[in-house]
Amino acid sequence: MSAAPFVSLEGLTRSFAGVRALDGVDVAFHAGEVHVLLGENGAGKSTLAAILAGVQQPDAGTVRIDGTLRSLSSPREAMARGIGVVFQHPRFVPSLSLADNVALGGGPWWRRPLPAEIARRMREAERRIGATAPLDPLAKAGSLSQGELQRAQIVRALMRDSRLLVLDEPTSMLTPEEAADLVALMRRLADDPDRPMAIVFVTHKLDEALDCGDRITVLRRGRKAGELRPGADMPREAARRALLAMMFSGAAALAPRPSTGVLPDAGREILRIEGLVAPPLDGIYLSVRAGEIVGVAGIDGNGQRELAEALAGQRAMVAGDIRLDGLPLGPLGVAARFRRGLRYASDDRLGEGAVGALPIALNLLLKRIGAAPFWRRGVARRVAMDAHARAMIAAFDIRAPGPHTLAAHLSGGNLQKVILARELETGARAIVFAKPTHGLDIVSAAACRERIRAAARSGLAVLLISTDLDEIVELADRVVVMSRGRIVARVAGGEGAREAVGRAISRGERRAEAQA
Amino acid sequence: MIVGPAAGHFLRVVAGPLLAALALTAIVLLLLGVDPAAYFRQVVQRGLLSPSGLQAAITRTAPLLFIAASLILAFRAGIWNLGGDGQYLLGAVVAAALAAPLAQALPLWLAWLACFAAAAAIGAAWSVLPAWLRAFRGVNEVVSSLMMSFLGLSLANVLIKFVFQDPGTTVPQTVTLPVADRLPRLLGGALPTGVLLGLLAVLMVHWVMTRTAFGTRLRIVGLNARAAAHAGLDVPGLTLAVFALSAGLAGLAGAVDVLGVQGNVRADWNPAYGLMVVPLVFLARFNGFGAIVFVFAFSVLSVGGESAARRLGVPNYVTLMIVAILLAGLAAGEVLDQRAARRRDAARAAGGEAAR
Repeated sequence: MSAAPFVSLEGLTRSFAGVRALDGVDVAFHAGEVHVLLGENGAGKSTLAAILAGVQQPDAGTVRIDGTLRSLSSPREAMARGIGVVFQHPRFVPSLSLADNVALGGGPWWRRPLPAEIARRMREAERRIGATAPLDPLAKAGSLSQGELQRAQIVRALMRDSRLLVLDEPTSMLTPEEAADLVALMRRLADDPDRPMAIVFVTHKLDEALDCGDRITVLRRGRKAGELRPGADMPREAARRALLAMMFSGAAALAPRPSTGVLPDAGREILRIEGLVAPPLDGIYLSVRAGEIVGVAGIDGNGQRELAEALAGQRAMVAGDIRLDGLPLGPLGVAARFRRGLRYASDDRLGEGAVGALPIALNLLLKRIGAAPFWRRGVARRVAMDAHARAMIAAFDIRAPGPHTLAAHLSGGNLQKVILARELETGARAIVFAKPTHGLDIVSAAACRERIRAAARSGLAVLLISTDLDEIVELADRVVVMSRGRIVARVAGGEGAREAVGRAISRGERRAEAQA
Repeated sequence: MIVGPAAGHFLRVVAGPLLAALALTAIVLLLLGVDPAAYFRQVVQRGLLSPSGLQAAITRTAPLLFIAASLILAFRAGIWNLGGDGQYLLGAVVAAALAAPLAQALPLWLAWLACFAAAAAIGAAWSVLPAWLRAFRGVNEVVSSLMMSFLGLSLANVLIKFVFQDPGTTVPQTVTLPVADRLPRLLGGALPTGVLLGLLAVLMVHWVMTRTAFGTRLRIVGLNARAAAHAGLDVPGLTLAVFALSAGLAGLAGAVDVLGVQGNVRADWNPAYGLMVVPLVFLARFNGFGAIVFVFAFSVLSVGGESAARRLGVPNYVTLMIVAILLAGLAAGEVLDQRAARRRDAARAAGGEAAR
């Protein structure tokens, strides 16, 4: 390992709308080293990655590459300086072939290599990462899986002779086994005797960091909380404790606490789904009792969203039966189902869960427009609306100046509180939570989980869709695993649930690949 | 800091763009060889300060106000109904065709009412196709409503020349409504009924959009169609309703113009109010009160501009050019203001940091 770092950042600072996402961070990346940036949501990891990628510019601080002061003023410049980035959401043009995508942005069109040359260089790069199943250069980017798109991004970076590879939360879309493959790949690139690369691995998962980090930098609320080199002489538990202390500095009880796994026998069945077919859903059977939290696990995009939409009435059902309290919901629309007590807290909070340009007061009543006592003969009664909003703001601890604050001006956690307040209000019988803590900071996420528990305690039937295994294991009494629009496994909550669900997800993924 | 944030905001968003637009117009006028001071003096004199000019400017607002109401309703609901010209002219032709015979057969107020109803109905009918395509087939209404507008203009001319042609003249036009049978002027002639109705239409639309459940539903559809579907709103049904109401108001604009001012419709006449009012309601940010102000200002500008054009030999289009430059200037002002707000935020964050 060379002593001088390839890239070193000093005093890096970046603010968004008055919030310091990064605050005087010093960090150096060496060739031959896998350097983990570890931190909770909102710790500043992604901002740091975006600055390395040239997507964002720091307000203050310096970037040195090979000891020389540089400004990464654009993605193109970062690329030219030898920095390659694998984004969480691959930025490919879906309608173009992989070869075209890989060549995109690589230079002016007259200097672009021929397709055969691109394919040759892709194969060469794939040999470097030791890929067994080569990518098809002519396949449309839109037809590839998340894992393949990720590999294509790595290949693209290698083809441009990147010396530093940034991977932003690369495992979030992968099965546990694919994630292990990725870790091996990073190791291989860092240990390459001819061209040792510097790897920057951004993650919020502690165990992943311990599994592969030569050096771990912990970010916390935009500041560097500490750095650790977990060598062979350091026991894993000690390293783990040290990192936890840096991440949360004494915040208690952060390890996931498995739910008891005891089914509340007293609860009677509230929600019953039988043979639900609504493409891509292909025959879902599920029952949720009062007071029960049923977790729906699985890799994103295996029908979870469609299941929630079919339940809420946003998606037409081809066959099957959905019953709430024994009554069929079949032909009822979204509004009628809401009135019956079937609620859906969408994960796409500003995309569909709320209207950003409308105030909190109206967003709280979004699914009851025109209802008394907030409207009388179709005319709004603002006093009643504002009073309702103020009561909800107090009850759900929504941090906002008042009822007229626009939803778009709320933080993710507070917007989620608005949505939960709306969905849990009077008459709720069953509720679907879609990725409820996705993108929330740790405090908001904890508050949100507590709301979910409270909802179940109050006798609601709760369906919890999440891609966060820890969250599902922590909250759910039972877990079902979805793959390709079907439920492929049913696991009881409690001890051992995490491993069983993880295995089921990998199994489902392998089977899906075998079919494809 | 020389100016406070509020003053800076006003400077960037209102005063700056306004002055810049006037300055740019002055430069263009200079290039045309016209004295800008004389031009502006003439515009203000003839459009605002002279009694007859002011009267003309007020009278002209009537159809523009109806069009503004039509556009505000549609745009706030996220529907880009650009078929206003066709809907307007068909409404005008139908009202003109019915007005003269009905005025003889029915009490005058009933005849007017029937004309209004027919004009609104034909306007709404002319929007059924783009409305249906948008609601159930997802076809972008910008193109379809614009196309229907061209067809509507043609149909209006066909109707004038072959169906409603005044037999008493060889000029291709509809039968002229006698001045005695037209909409009366109120307040001793100062306020045409059409203007009062137009003001009512704009204020009504503003009230419906901001205060009623129906308007709130429309706004939700317009602001975030996915949220509307998520909230269980009948998006296709609301889309049809928006088109019908918006096009109906455009049809009413035509009726008001014919019954109040024109008296008949000549073939190949197309004032193109629809597209002219689009930038005005954008300037007003779809706010009814703002729209009233901008429509009046535009009327003054166009009445004065026409007079100045005659006097100084400037093309009529200069009026539209001022509006266009103003629109561009205000958009630029908005961007600058947002940048300034971002800078302030960053400075405040840094200041807060230093204080800690």
